Amino acid sequence: MSSERAAPAPPARQTLSFRERYLPSFISVLSVVVVFGAAWRVITAAEYWPQIRAQFFSLEAIVAAFPRVLRGFLVNMSVWAIALVVIALWALVLAVFRSLSGPWFAPLRVFTVVYIDLFRGLPSLLLVLLFGFGIPALQIPGLPKSSLFWGAVAMVMSYSAYAAEVYRSGMEAVHDGQRAAAKALGLSQGQTLRYAIVPQAVRNVLPALLNLAVALQKDVALLSVIGVRDAVREAQIYTARTFNYSSLIAAAFLFLLATIPMARLTDYVARRDQERRLQRTL
Amino acid sequence: MQRVHVENLTKYFGSTLVLDAVDLQVEEHEVVCLIGASGSGKSTLLRCITKLVPFDHGTIRLDGVSIHDEQFGKNELHKRVGIVFQAYNLFPHINVLNNITLAPRKVHGISRGESEERAHQLLALFGMSEYADSYPERLSGGQQQRVAIVRALATQPDVLLLDEVTAALDPELIGGVLRIIKDLKNDGMTMIIVTHEMGFARDVADRVCFLEDGRILEEDSPEKLFSRPEHPRTKQFLQRIIEAGRL
Repeated sequence: MSSERAAPAPPARQTLSFRERYLPSFISVLSVVVVFGAAWRVITAAEYWPQIRAQFFSLEAIVAAFPRVLRGFLVNMSVWAIALVVIALWALVLAVFRSLSGPWFAPLRVFTVVYIDLFRGLPSLLLVLLFGFGIPALQIPGLPKSSLFWGAVAMVMSYSAYAAEVYRSGMEAVHDGQRAAAKALGLSQGQTLRYAIVPQAVRNVLPALLNLAVALQKDVALLSVIGVRDAVREAQIYTARTFNYSSLIAAAFLFLLATIPMARLTDYVARRDQERRLQRTL
Repeated sequence: MQRVHVENLTKYFGSTLVLDAVDLQVEEHEVVCLIGASGSGKSTLLRCITKLVPFDHGTIRLDGVSIHDEQFGKNELHKRVGIVFQAYNLFPHINVLNNITLAPRKVHGISRGESEERAHQLLALFGMSEYADSYPERLSGGQQQRVAIVRALATQPDVLLLDEVTAALDPELIGGVLRIIKDLKNDGMTMIIVTHEMGFARDVADRVCFLEDGRILEEDSPEKLFSRPEHPRTKQFLQRIIEAGRL
C-alpha cells in the first residue's frame, strides 16, 4: 500500500434549495412580527392607553427633563466607578484578613467575621439612611458633611461584605496542592497569598465580581433617598412639579444603556472563564 | 556521609497512626525508593522531611542537624531539600520561567537575571527551552512534571524528594520523566523516591524500602528485594504487583 494514497473525497457540499435556505428565518421573523404586533395592537387599543402614553411616554416631557436627569445620571456613574474600585480593594483586604492563620491574627479574623455578618445582614437602604443622614447630623468637626460621600461609604460597606465572601470562596477553591508547593518552596504565608493564592482566586471569581458590579450599578440609585441629586432624584423632582412620570422613564432608559452592556461583558467573561476551565481538564 | 537521617519518626493523623517509629538513613549520592500499598505512609514520610506536615515523635536530621534546628532558619531547609508532587502543582497563572524563578527570587533573594539564567540552563538540560514563556496548562503532563522537577532543582538542593511523580502521567509520557531522574542519579543527586513503577525502582534505586502500615518492613538492594524478598508481606505485595503486570 502506498503511504501517499489519496484520502476519500470530502462529502459534497449540500446544495440547499431557495426554500430550504430561507424559509426557517422567514418563519422566525414573521412569527415575531405577528406575535409582538398583536400585543402592541391590544395594548394601544386599550381604553387607558392615551393616558398611559401621556403620563409615561410623553416625548415632550422626556426632552424637557433629560438634561437634568442626564446630569444626575453622571453622578450615579461616578459614584459607581469610584465605589467599585474601593470595594474591589477593600473586600480583598477583608478576605485576606479572614484567611490568615495564627493566634496573633485572631483580632483581624474576628473583626472581619463581625463586619461581614453586620453589613451583609442589613438592608442597603437602611445603611444609606443611617450614614447619609446620621453622620452629617453629628456635626463632628473634621468629618465630611456631604451626604453624597456618606451614602457612597454605606454602599461600599454593604457591597464589600458580599465581595469579601466572593473572594474568600475563590481563595478556598484554589487547590491545596498549590499551598503545599508554595510552602515546600519556602514561601511565607504572606508570599503564598500574594504570589500563588490571590492571583488565582481573583481570576476564579472575576465573573461573580462583575455580577456584583452590575447590581451596584443599579443600587447607586439608593442615594436619591438622602437628597443626592442623582438621575432618580432629578426625575422625581420633575415628576413632582409636572405630575408627569416620563422623566422616570428617561432615567430608566439611561440605566439600561449602562447595565445591559455591563451584563453582556459579564456573560462574555464568564464564558471565557468556563472555556479556560474546560481546557484545563482536557 | 549521611545526608538524611530519620530516627524513630512517628506521626498520627488524629488517632490514626500513619508513621510508626520509622528509621531511615540515606547516604550522599544514594537513591532510595519507597514502595508499598497506598496509605502505607510513604508520601507522609516525604512530607515530614520537608516540613510540610508536623510529626509527633522522633527526629529528622539533614547532614547531622535536626530540621528544626535554628541553623536552618526560615528558608534554608527548603533551599536544600526539593520536593516534586504527583500532581505537579505548578502555579497556573504564571509562566514556566516565573514558576522556576519565584522561590529563588522571592525567598532566597537571588537577582532576577541570575535566577533566570540558571532556569534557562536547567530547562535546556531537560530539553524544555522552548517552553520558558509557556503557561503550564498549555503543556502536556510529562512536560509539566519536567518543569516541576526543574523548579525543585532551581535552588540547587542537596536532596530531592519525588512523590509518585509519574502516577498522573499517560504511559507514553512516563519514559521522559524517568529518564530525567536517571540523569539526576548519574549526576550524583541524593534522592528519596516514592514510586509504583517497580521496573524503574529496580533500575534506579541503590536501596528499596517496603513500607506497610507506617513501618519499614524490609529494606535491601533492589536485586535482593525484588527477587528474594524475606518478609511474607513483601512477597505478598510483589506477587500482587506481578499479577497486575507491573513488574
